[in-house]
Amino acid sequence: MITIEGLKKSFGSLEVIKNVDLEIGQGKVVVIIGPSGSGKSTLLRCLNVLETPNAGKITIDGQQLDFDKPVSKKSISTFRRLTGMVFQSYNLFPHLTATGNVTEGLKTVKGVSKKDAQQKAEQLLEKVGLTAHKDKYPYQLSGGQQQRVAIARALAMDPKVMLFDEPTSALDPELVNEVLHVMKDLAHEGMTMAVVTHEMKFAREVADEVIFIDGGVIVERGVPSQIFTNPQHERTKKFFSLLQ
Amino acid sequence: MYLNSIALSPERIQRLQEIASTSIGPLIEGAIKFTIPLAILAFIIGLTIAIFTALARISTSKVLRGLARVYVSIIRGTPLLVQLFIIFYGLPTIGIVIDPFPSAVIGFSLNVGAYASEIIRAAILSIPKGQWEAAYSIGMNYSQALRKIVLPQAARVSVPPLSNSFIGLVKDTSLAATILVAETFRRAQEIASMNYEFLFVYSMAALVYWVICFVLSIIQGRVEKRLDRSVGKGGIS
Repeated sequence: MITIEGLKKSFGSLEVIKNVDLEIGQGKVVVIIGPSGSGKSTLLRCLNVLETPNAGKITIDGQQLDFDKPVSKKSISTFRRLTGMVFQSYNLFPHLTATGNVTEGLKTVKGVSKKDAQQKAEQLLEKVGLTAHKDKYPYQLSGGQQQRVAIARALAMDPKVMLFDEPTSALDPELVNEVLHVMKDLAHEGMTMAVVTHEMKFAREVADEVIFIDGGVIVERGVPSQIFTNPQHERTKKFFSLLQ
Repeated sequence: MYLNSIALSPERIQRLQEIASTSIGPLIEGAIKFTIPLAILAFIIGLTIAIFTALARISTSKVLRGLARVYVSIIRGTPLLVQLFIIFYGLPTIGIVIDPFPSAVIGFSLNVGAYASEIIRAAILSIPKGQWEAAYSIGMNYSQALRKIVLPQAARVSVPPLSNSFIGLVKDTSLAATILVAETFRRAQEIASMNYEFLFVYSMAALVYWVICFVLSIIQGRVEKRLDRSVGKGGIS
């Protein structure tokens, strides 16, 4: 589903992603972990070109962007429709209701009629358990509810892949589970997901593969049971020991 | 002797009442026919100029940024009265003759455009980067993200300062008197030059402006309330 080849990204002279290759299969859930500043969020943001890589190729569902050549703005926004993104700080549109947040992209980007968009929003808000809150504005919702609206908003565009950038890091502890629950449901439905998170329990339960990134390179990768219980690399061992 | 002449004798009160009743009509007519349309037209055109100028100033193109900066600098750096004189009395010398009212519309629009562009630029920049990113992440392009996500939020932020600009504009339109637009203040000048009741007639003109601005500030309050719907009472997103 996703193939990343030779991906590089620098901010000025700071090289954040150094030649990363990665493949994520259809329906797989990949959890990306690593210390702060390791480049894990940048890697995720490169996948939907919120950060433009300096070099490398990204292929999602057969569509390829080759960053070794100039890439047009139009091909970037077409490419972005393949992925749905969930942000750490939700980034809901504050001037729109929960329903409005979900329907806006459908109406503006996909040209779906208001009625059909509304119907789809209702289905998706039901899926994330927010039917009762569909007419509320973001400021009237808790962090967990806002993040679930954000998930519904991303799903509305029928993405091939869902990207989660620390989706629970800004939440109060008691609200984390309602978001993880929705994410687990998605994983079980066969959604291809790339998740940057510090929720090791979620990684253990849901991930097909865990990727440990440090210093802009993939240090170690494997199934959760292997990575968590028997990490091979010194840096991975040190990272887990600090988590205990 | 002098004091006596301004003492309010019954005859003088009667004279002022007469002047009031005969001049209030022309003053209000000037407001309805010229002051208000001039302000509204210039504000609409000016806001349009302002939005494009603001976008040019935050664009990645050096040329656009430069052009916008020069425009804002020239308009803000020169007196409005001088600009009006250049348009109405200056341009005819190179063969461009524009009637008083259109001249005023051009002058005031350019003026609003420059000042409001700074307000709109600041409002757009005040919208968190995450809003753009969220819009892009659902596949919107720049103009969709701008129109559907960023500008509606920027509008809420910019209503109070833009209302100030509009109220300022209403009062500035009195400068159009100098380029022969028959608006409120020019009517007052004409009336006062006939009866020499300068204090009284100019005060009446001031009252007309004050009433317009008072109504505007009420409208401003309503608009703000309406736009604040989505952020709760006095809250920021």
